[in-house]
Amino acid sequence: MPRSIKKGPWVEDSLLKKVEELNAKGEKRVIKTWARGSMVVPEFLGHTIAVHNGKQFMPVYIQENMVGHKLGEFAPSRTYRGHTSKGKK
Amino acid sequence: MARIAGVDIPNEKRIVTSLTYIFGIGPTRARKICETCEVDPEVKTKDLTEEQSKLIRNLIEKDYQVEGALRAEISMNIQRLKDIGCYRGLRHRRNLPVRGQNTKNNARTRKGPKSRPGGKKK
Repeated sequence: MPRSIKKGPWVEDSLLKKVEELNAKGEKRVIKTWARGSMVVPEFLGHTIAVHNGKQFMPVYIQENMVGHKLGEFAPSRTYRGHTSKGKK
Repeated sequence: MARIAGVDIPNEKRIVTSLTYIFGIGPTRARKICETCEVDPEVKTKDLTEEQSKLIRNLIEKDYQVEGALRAEISMNIQRLKDIGCYRGLRHRRNLPVRGQNTKNNARTRKGPKSRPGGKKK
């Protein structure tokens, strides 16, 4: 079930605070975060956010059409490189 | 044979059924179209009067996105997911199920026919 509209988008407070600080100062810095469940809101536009995938931080550059998705969608947490094909052995 | 919405040529069936031959119009929309145009849904397509088919044609053109335009929109939506590199986009790229279905077995609609290791075939 999707989140109720009444509540508005969920963004981790600490992350939003950091982004707004950068916006106020007008500078761009990579922000590390574990908040994979946070929604991408318009304030993030143009920033690079390093999203943790359980192992490393994956840098994600936020574009306009990413708004409304969640940060975790851009940092895959699983590695699968396919099964060995017969030719490779 | 009537031509509605560009290239579609529904045939000697009831008008509700004929309309569903258009990509983007299913039973529900077909029924609704008949309702708004005040056309008897049971009437055969060939028996439609000139005005009735005109009404239907205009309504579809005006209010519904069908055929090419609809297909274009769908592929644009998918392309957007691919471009932003989100999880759903990645799944589209690899032709795997997008909505979290299991892929240990089944998922053949997305994955296509089975490929066996070793390439042996009965």
